[in-house]
Amino acid sequence: MALPKKSHMRIAWRGPMAKKVTEKPFIEIQNVAFAYGERPILKNISLSIPKGELIAIMGGSGCGKTTLLRLLSGQYRPQKGKITVGGARVDLMGNTELFQFRRSLGMLFQFGALFTDLSVFENVAFPLRENTQLPENLLRDLVMMKLSAVGLRGTQAMKTAELSGGMARRVALARAVALDPALMLYDEPFTGLDPISLGVIAHLIKKLNTALGSTAIMVTHDIHYSLALADRVLFMANGEIIASGTPQEVLGSTDPWVSQFVKGAADGPVQFAYPATTTIEQDFGFIAEQTKGTPQHV
Amino acid sequence: MFDAIANPLRQLGSRTLATLVKLGGASRFFLEVLSHSAWLLKRPQLLVREMFFAGVQSLIIIVVSGVFVGMVLGLQGYNTLVRFGSTDALGTLVALSLLRELGPVLAALLFASRSGSAMTAEIGLMKATEQLDAMAVMGVNPLSRVIAPRFWAGVLSMPILAALFNVMGILGGYFVGVVMLGLDEGSYWAQMQNAVDFHLDVVNGLIKSVFFGVAVTLIAVFEGYSAEATAAGVSSATTRTVVTSALAILALDFVLTAFMF
Repeated sequence: MALPKKSHMRIAWRGPMAKKVTEKPFIEIQNVAFAYGERPILKNISLSIPKGELIAIMGGSGCGKTTLLRLLSGQYRPQKGKITVGGARVDLMGNTELFQFRRSLGMLFQFGALFTDLSVFENVAFPLRENTQLPENLLRDLVMMKLSAVGLRGTQAMKTAELSGGMARRVALARAVALDPALMLYDEPFTGLDPISLGVIAHLIKKLNTALGSTAIMVTHDIHYSLALADRVLFMANGEIIASGTPQEVLGSTDPWVSQFVKGAADGPVQFAYPATTTIEQDFGFIAEQTKGTPQHV
Repeated sequence: MFDAIANPLRQLGSRTLATLVKLGGASRFFLEVLSHSAWLLKRPQLLVREMFFAGVQSLIIIVVSGVFVGMVLGLQGYNTLVRFGSTDALGTLVALSLLRELGPVLAALLFASRSGSAMTAEIGLMKATEQLDAMAVMGVNPLSRVIAPRFWAGVLSMPILAALFNVMGILGGYFVGVVMLGLDEGSYWAQMQNAVDFHLDVVNGLIKSVFFGVAVTLIAVFEGYSAEATAAGVSSATTRTVVTSALAILALDFVLTAFMF
């Protein structure tokens, strides 16, 4: 499948008032299934996302949220189904097309994934240097603009080891949006942040989504910020999308899955206890057998 | 009874299969690295940077080891040759031992321990911290940007380091034989000049080191790239690099020696 050239692709995917203009979905996932070896992760997922929408995906650990992001960025290929982004079939792309396609997407990794051998400036400049032929003075201006956008102008000469967790995440965000991507993927952007950094990152995600008009998918466990930022919230469990709706619909939902997430209840459809295959008696009996005849300390 | 015989056989079979799969993976990886190498012509500064890390920063260990190995050869050679009254041949002994065998082999072993292990650890950590994934998602192929420069830096650095090791070894032998033990300086150099053949000894030794460079660097980058993305995974990949490289160098040395001399 031939992708349009970089610049054309961006013009085709974005444009004035791109947000909420939804004749055809920007992202279409149809009956996608994915397994790691024998272990199924995603089962028959279907999803449509209009251009400019910010979607939050929630669900327990291991339910396939990050896998879905990796399928969208072409890091994994589905065993079944179709993935279309901006009219191009990601699941059918060859390596060259895939690398070309990825220049129009940005991804914020869970812990930033900054290049530790590069300075803050060089980290943000990296996608620009590698994917464009911009003159050095223009590149410098762009990097400084991105750093300003995340409130970190003045840190450009710092090494990544000198940054706090929140600052590192903001530099990673500046790097992810360096090429003004049409699609932004956020993989648990709030993990491990203090409340102030968390609020700053959340504000930036919303601000960048609005300013760039990009479509965004955010995988997160943070129900508060999901409801505050997202246009739509999706709930995943056991490799399937089990519920979705606007933040208002989610708050008013009586669905037990949704309700458990919103309330943060320990037990519900997602069980607190791991489904052990042995009984408590068997487990403790084994220990008693092992310690038989040895003095017991109280 | 059946299981007692079958289980070890099963284990042997599964280990053999795993080794073959890994060898196949490494061969495919090698071809992929080669196919992504042309990109380096556009960005030679990446190659220069990696040669600095792999080559220039290995200079101290290569120079110091070369001097000491040459000094030991000088001492041992003198003690043996003095019994036959042929101490004049010390220069020849030192030079041929270094140029044909010790120079390329020891330089490669040192290179594997210093630069090979560093490459594996660095690439493995980049993988564990999702830096390689981040690069790929930005539309930059890590094979071109990370692996190919390191691979070629290792391949190009290795013969230079081996040559330097040889030079320092010969100087170490000179120091012990001529300066410390009082051998004739003219004999040391003249005998060496007569006995050493440029193509047979010097060039063949350097060809060996090119093969060692390919083997060591390929093992290092492959182990890093395929390391399990955990602290334990990176640690065991680094160990594997040093062990596998050492075995590969010694085995290759035997094969190359059989063909060359």
